[in-house]
Amino acid sequence: MSAPLKETAAQGAGVPAQRTASRTPARPGERRGEGVVLNAFSHGFLALWALLIILPLLWLVFSSFRSDAQIGGSAFGWPQAWSFDVFRRAWNKGIGDYFLNTVIVLVFSVPLTMLFGSMAAYVLARYRFWGNRVVYYFFVAGAMFPVFLALVPLFFMVKRLDMLNTYQGLILVYVAYSMPFTVFFMHAFFRTLPTAVFEASVLDGASHTRTFFQVMLPMAKPGLISVGIFNTLGQWNQFILPTVLMQPQSGSDPERYVLTQGLIQLQQQQGYASDLPVLFAGVTLAMIPMLVVYLSFQRQVQAGLTSATLK
Amino acid sequence: MRTGQHRFVAGFLLVPVALYLIFVIWPYIQTFGYSLTDWKGQSQTFKFVGLDNYKALIHDDVFMEAIWHNILFLIFIPVITILLALFFAFMVNAGGRSKAGGVQGVAGSKFYKIVYFFPQVLSLAIVAVLFNAVYRSDGGGLLNGVLIKIHLVDPNNPVEWLNEPNMVLWALLAAVVWHGVGFYLVLFSAAMQSIPRDVYEAALIDGASRNQSFFRITLPLLWDTVQTAWVYLGIVAMDMFVLVSSMTQNMGAYGGGPDHHSDVMSTVMMRNFEYFGKSGYACAMGVVMLLLTLVLSVVMLRATRRDRVEF
Repeated sequence: MSAPLKETAAQGAGVPAQRTASRTPARPGERRGEGVVLNAFSHGFLALWALLIILPLLWLVFSSFRSDAQIGGSAFGWPQAWSFDVFRRAWNKGIGDYFLNTVIVLVFSVPLTMLFGSMAAYVLARYRFWGNRVVYYFFVAGAMFPVFLALVPLFFMVKRLDMLNTYQGLILVYVAYSMPFTVFFMHAFFRTLPTAVFEASVLDGASHTRTFFQVMLPMAKPGLISVGIFNTLGQWNQFILPTVLMQPQSGSDPERYVLTQGLIQLQQQQGYASDLPVLFAGVTLAMIPMLVVYLSFQRQVQAGLTSATLK
Repeated sequence: MRTGQHRFVAGFLLVPVALYLIFVIWPYIQTFGYSLTDWKGQSQTFKFVGLDNYKALIHDDVFMEAIWHNILFLIFIPVITILLALFFAFMVNAGGRSKAGGVQGVAGSKFYKIVYFFPQVLSLAIVAVLFNAVYRSDGGGLLNGVLIKIHLVDPNNPVEWLNEPNMVLWALLAAVVWHGVGFYLVLFSAAMQSIPRDVYEAALIDGASRNQSFFRITLPLLWDTVQTAWVYLGIVAMDMFVLVSSMTQNMGAYGGGPDHHSDVMSTVMMRNFEYFGKSGYACAMGVVMLLLTLVLSVVMLRATRRDRVEF
């Protein structure tokens, strides 16, 4: 599903352009008039919305250079000095730690999600055994339920495992909650792979495990990329799970906030401390990696997220 | 060979199923049990109280109002987002200048897609901080600042977007739409481009106008995608935790203000769980959230059911 989507996305404005080919040039004048009006109209609306997206973001970045008094006084106004010191302060105020915590968690949780999700999806898609359908639906059904249904017992479960406010706790929970979608998507993907390659590999004497890791998994790369992007963004932006699971448990327990949680924390602190530039600088820093990754892999990100939804 | 295969299947399923059971399925099941107790969370003892929590819920004005807010979001978020996204998708794909009497996508359609989609990769935490700055209740907020500049708002009496009872839900709604439209634009665009050209050509030969081909061909063939979009936006509307908890006045904790006018089920539930320590009661809310989600998905699927068009 992901591959054809990527192709169509690459075609740009394919369909309607083609409509023109067969159009008889019976009333060219009238057609052109209609097109020009529609063109101006659509450009107007499209440009307006683009501005509504870009301007607030730019304004926020710009505001981090202004002083707190300026920010409170008026929405507009030139910064008194273009000092990048505010970014250093934001980094030291916690953004640096929040970044680090998020990266530590995701470095483990995303690969583990992909590994375990693919393993389960693979055996469910390619092997016949008793209970196959049951296990499959058991995984997929999880996607139907709101996470809020599980929150209270989940908190006490993680507490009993002594993993509250630990990286490993959050990693395991992220992996578990990413299973339904990963299994669902990779299951569909493994089903589309040709059987012949699998059989050839088995005939050559490769074990099942080896066939999976050296033959099937490499063939599933496009699917892995789509789900990988989806999971990375989802886990990077996750808020409710860390809010419940990553609170310091005692005075000596250090903060291990992830980025989303940390930003909201910073918003409260900086509001009281009357130092909003630091908050805005923090948000700017948090946006930079997303912007860089998005602009570099924009087509993969769009295709990854949308094809993932369409499944 | 057979036993080897079984061992392989079991080995591959063991870890994913175990993680999923411990952190997802078991807490889901426990929630139902705890919802029938007067459990206070920190204490280990609790007693069975039957349906008392559910009876209390019915008389809990805050929770009932929260359900109503979720329903409002459930109606307006999908409708506004989908209409805007369809409109933009149509503009991007068919709103272009005529060339030789024809129709095509607008120039720069790729640019628009890149810009519109960008908010989707930002976390809701970033969106919350951004819109808090935009909605500031003094002249320093972007929205008030702009409205003061064009003399629509009195500089001495700026609008308190997030503190007005009949404004706060719309302010939150605007942030959600801002975040989501681009994603659905790309989704609909991809679906529009996968509609085969000969369908349009046939319609043209039959003399269909641009509007007719949109309403009679594009829209019906897009229906599956619109339905998917509706389900996903419905999930967003049932959640709303991040924005409400971090943008609105705290009603003790987790936002909801002014005077519970923006409370949603998720924030009321989290407040009861973490702030009031009423775990059993919070579990009952979780169950109600699940039931409402299920009822609404059934209603939605029934209401939007059409004969599927294969192409």
